[in-house]
Amino acid sequence: MIRGRLLWPLVALAGLIVLNVVFTPSFLELRIQDGHLYGSLVDILRNGAPTLLIAVGMTLVIATRGIDLSVGAVAAIAGAIGCTWIADGGDAPTAVLLALSVCVLLGLWNGFLVSVLGIQPIIATLVLMTAGRGGAMLLTEGQIVTISDPTYRQIGAGFLILPIAILISLAVLLAVALLTRRTALGMLIEAVGVNPEASKLAGVRSRTITWTVYVFAALCAGVAGLMISSNVSAADANNAGLWIEMDAILAVVIGGTSLAGGRYSLAGTLVGALVIQTLTTTVYTIGVPTNITLLFKAVVVITVCLLQSPRVARAVSGRRKSPTPAPRSRKVAAG
Amino acid sequence: MTDSPATGGNPVVDMRGITVEFSGVKALADVDFRLFPGEVHALMGENGAGKSTLIKALTGVHRPTAGTILLKDEPVEFTAPGQARNAGISTVYQEVNLCPNLSVAENILLGHEPRRLGAIDGRAMRARATELMARIGLSIDPASVLSSHSIAVQQLVAITRALVVDASVLVLDEPTSSLDSDEVEELFRIVRVLRDEGVAILFVSHFLDQVYEIADRMTVLRNGSLVGEYLPQNLDRMALVSAMLGREAGLLDEVERRSEERTPQSAPVLVAQGLGRAGAIEPFDLEIHEGEVVGLAGLLGSGRTELARLLSGADRPDTGLLMVDGETIRSRGPRSLIARGVAFCSEDRKAEGVVEDLSVRDNLILATQAARGWARPVARRTAEAMVAEYIERLDIRPADPDAVMGNLSGGNQQKVLLARWLVTRPRLLILDEPTRGIDVGAKAQIQKVVAELAAEGMAVLFISAELEEVVRVSDRVVVLRDRHKVAELSGAEISVDSVMTAIAADAHSSTAVAS
Amino acid sequence: MSTPTLASARLRLPQRFLPVVATLVVFVATFGIGSVRYQDFASGQVVANLFIDNAFLIVLAVGMTFVILTGGIDLSVGAVAALSTMIAAATLEAGWPPLLSILAVLVVGTGLGLLMGLVIHHFDVQPFIVTLAGMFLARGLCFLISVESVSITDASFRTFATGTLELPGGVTLTYSVLVALAVVAAALYVLHLTRFGRTVYAVGGSESSARLMGLATARAKVGVYAVSGFCSALGGLLFALYMLSGYGLHAVGMELDVIAAVVIGGTLLAGGVGYVAGSMAGVLVLGTVQALISFEGTLSSWWTKIVIGALLLAFIVLQRLIVRQRH
Repeated sequence: MIRGRLLWPLVALAGLIVLNVVFTPSFLELRIQDGHLYGSLVDILRNGAPTLLIAVGMTLVIATRGIDLSVGAVAAIAGAIGCTWIADGGDAPTAVLLALSVCVLLGLWNGFLVSVLGIQPIIATLVLMTAGRGGAMLLTEGQIVTISDPTYRQIGAGFLILPIAILISLAVLLAVALLTRRTALGMLIEAVGVNPEASKLAGVRSRTITWTVYVFAALCAGVAGLMISSNVSAADANNAGLWIEMDAILAVVIGGTSLAGGRYSLAGTLVGALVIQTLTTTVYTIGVPTNITLLFKAVVVITVCLLQSPRVARAVSGRRKSPTPAPRSRKVAAG
Repeated sequence: MTDSPATGGNPVVDMRGITVEFSGVKALADVDFRLFPGEVHALMGENGAGKSTLIKALTGVHRPTAGTILLKDEPVEFTAPGQARNAGISTVYQEVNLCPNLSVAENILLGHEPRRLGAIDGRAMRARATELMARIGLSIDPASVLSSHSIAVQQLVAITRALVVDASVLVLDEPTSSLDSDEVEELFRIVRVLRDEGVAILFVSHFLDQVYEIADRMTVLRNGSLVGEYLPQNLDRMALVSAMLGREAGLLDEVERRSEERTPQSAPVLVAQGLGRAGAIEPFDLEIHEGEVVGLAGLLGSGRTELARLLSGADRPDTGLLMVDGETIRSRGPRSLIARGVAFCSEDRKAEGVVEDLSVRDNLILATQAARGWARPVARRTAEAMVAEYIERLDIRPADPDAVMGNLSGGNQQKVLLARWLVTRPRLLILDEPTRGIDVGAKAQIQKVVAELAAEGMAVLFISAELEEVVRVSDRVVVLRDRHKVAELSGAEISVDSVMTAIAADAHSSTAVAS
Repeated sequence: MSTPTLASARLRLPQRFLPVVATLVVFVATFGIGSVRYQDFASGQVVANLFIDNAFLIVLAVGMTFVILTGGIDLSVGAVAALSTMIAAATLEAGWPPLLSILAVLVVGTGLGLLMGLVIHHFDVQPFIVTLAGMFLARGLCFLISVESVSITDASFRTFATGTLELPGGVTLTYSVLVALAVVAAALYVLHLTRFGRTVYAVGGSESSARLMGLATARAKVGVYAVSGFCSALGGLLFALYMLSGYGLHAVGMELDVIAAVVIGGTLLAGGVGYVAGSMAGVLVLGTVQALISFEGTLSSWWTKIVIGALLLAFIVLQRLIVRQRH
């Protein structure tokens, strides 16, 4: 089922790549320079790393029937902590550790609101989304904090043949895939997402599982925030990770994981993140003003979502005659 | 030939040769059904017999692929529930289908609200609602929010809504399943009033007693086909059950015999001393022994489920002591009790049991997996073996471990849930209404399994609203009334009469529980 | 016993008003703090300014209330408002008569909302995603029209924008405030006295029940997004009057303020319970917080966000406690 759902996102991705090749014939070229791999595809991977990483965390959150709107703000906070610490004379490892510890705390906070107080995830995380950026600005005192620390810079801009950032994201993706599918964690997460009450009564630690995925999502957001700030060697509390939560959610949805929770697909998330990032790059390479990327994103989102909607799926897969028109059309008649 | 008020008149509803297909599968095949004014017509059948499909074909939710529907001799074709309603066919569903957040008056009149200068006239609406409620003897504040009333009252509000349009046909789809016997009596009184006013009433219920009490005529469906139309006085219970099942109901007798052979064992698996929770159940004492089936009887709201939830750790007690195998439990949720072998199968299958999107396999091993923790997955081969064993033992259909749970029928879902707990090899199995809303065949099968389990040494707490069933399977029956434990019957004391006497003592006269 | 109907079944009337009462208490309290701390705070003009500065937000919040009452959400309101400023500015620049320009804005906004509603309803895609796409679409369209900010120079537009009403006591109001109050009044009428409005509540209470009751649920579910689109367009126009320019980066993140205002105003996100007046009170609370922080002077503007977050949290927890109590 998931495989079938991946078809359209993959088609979209392939279409985007073809479009790029048409506009820039050198698009697929890769070259090695100083032991680094360069090329448009590598750029896409590097720039898409933070979104992918956040989307991996988001996938698990969404699988538990949740959503985390605060990841962008958390990323901004992580960057702000990392950079201010280094700007104040601290060293990079401590900065990273400090930033990620704070992110874990923020994740604990989100998880507490959702799993213990039972607040709707969208609204529980809206609190931190709103207040979080304020907090990040408080840390940077409203300034853009610039630093120059070669170690710190490795996270977002470094290379190990491939960009380190994408290696981190892919490693996390792989680790999560192995962890959830080789153990029973994935099944338990899905069970919690489909029916939390039944899972609880069956003895599943639903609270712990829910809580954990929010912490994990915040941690992913933290690492992504470090990547973003390290890539530009600066912390911009206002703009770092702005709208990244939306991109991440889109990636997850394009990848075929339903916002209603339950079955999830990490492979889908990977494809979804690539679609989003390739789209952004495409718009840039074909010379459309960057702001208009939003327009294309809207079109892609709508198309993919419509293609995944059960109604359209039914229409596409042969018009089987149904004696029961779905309830909605009937309501129109009733109105 | 009969004393049915309808004899001789023309049917108000005449459905002929109705066929309904869902993606090529026939849910109803060539069914005839008629409904006369001034009668209560019971529609009977197992789950999957096609009762709901027939009702939905009548009310315009489903469109028949073949057949005609005549309403007052005119052919009709509804495409929306609103149309059926305006034509005088009103439906009251099993689960109250009203809006809990709106006022009683709005729930009765929305869609037909009186207006003044285009705006809804609140005062006139409340007056009209009061008037309509008076017709069935209901006097509650029309401005009150619906959810502030009990389910029984909400059910009556739903019936009142049906009266807004001059309903000539009233469909009651399992209206009694969440009512206690007093409330059922009240409902039946109203049904009789409406019947005597000439309303044709289509009544669906799983309770045979109720059907015989209220129905003037019965139609039996089986597997989407018509078995026949009968008058109750010409069809006794055995014959009705046979008609519904299409076979002799021998399974039930077998279970009955079993329970008499059993003797209680010695070691108590679970002991509750003064266990209670404010607003749920008053403190009670209870012991359950190995190899024993303890039945829990009482009216709805008597605290049956609440008691089970305390024993299983789903709710936390305020007072008292709970011991399993002599060890005191300080409950922090169901896990601590599951770990000690106490399994709880909730009455609310949909909300607290099935995980719809996952496979039968995943549903079946869920409790086992939860107990092992996420890091130690049940090996694929072990899981397959477990699933195969229980699919066979409980006759789960379809016999496909990869089938999506949500696509199974209620009875089969219940079997999977039962299997979920059986594979954990519990010491005590708490079954809260395991047979509610499922067909007679699955019911008998579950009763039989319960007896087998007890014979193997498992302790079972069996909760059911059907006294016959409790009496049949139990070695000991605990009776609850108004959130108190009022009696404990064992051995030869157990009979439907004695349990009813215990339930009815003081508070009610014997007629109140006659149904 | 615990069917879905029952789960939500223990609502009592007085409790339904509790969040709204709490909103009013918070409003009075924050305003009280202001009047105690600052001499000029408790003046009629400060109150009037609350309305003047937040007129567009009130209009947006009204639209959002409709959507949230059905249990949906509309993330596109800020973007649609920005698009409205852009269309207004661009058409006026192109020499359209102001009335035609306003009409165009309202038609586009309502049309976008309607479109989103239709997609949500007929294709069964989550409102969150559809309105997110709507948000991207509207922002994208802004930049398609112009990447730069376009200022509004039309004389009559400017006159309307700067025109004031003199109230007794020397308090002045702008016409925007009247528009906002008219929208609130119209919303009150629609929600409480028309079948459409009651169906909106019914859908929020239980959609399947509303459908079985034969109500026009489709019209309500699609309609609320059209209403929200209309309100976003109108709010955008008021914002254009306030800023006298059209820009694709206007009203960034405003959807969050609007959602926060509606939640603080006591509307349950699950749908079915809430009041337009509450949402207006929510906007005023946010406005007061902002006014307080600017009066304080020493506090940086980002404190506003933190305080709004904290208020949001307090109200969510309050809602949660009320729901808990029912169980």
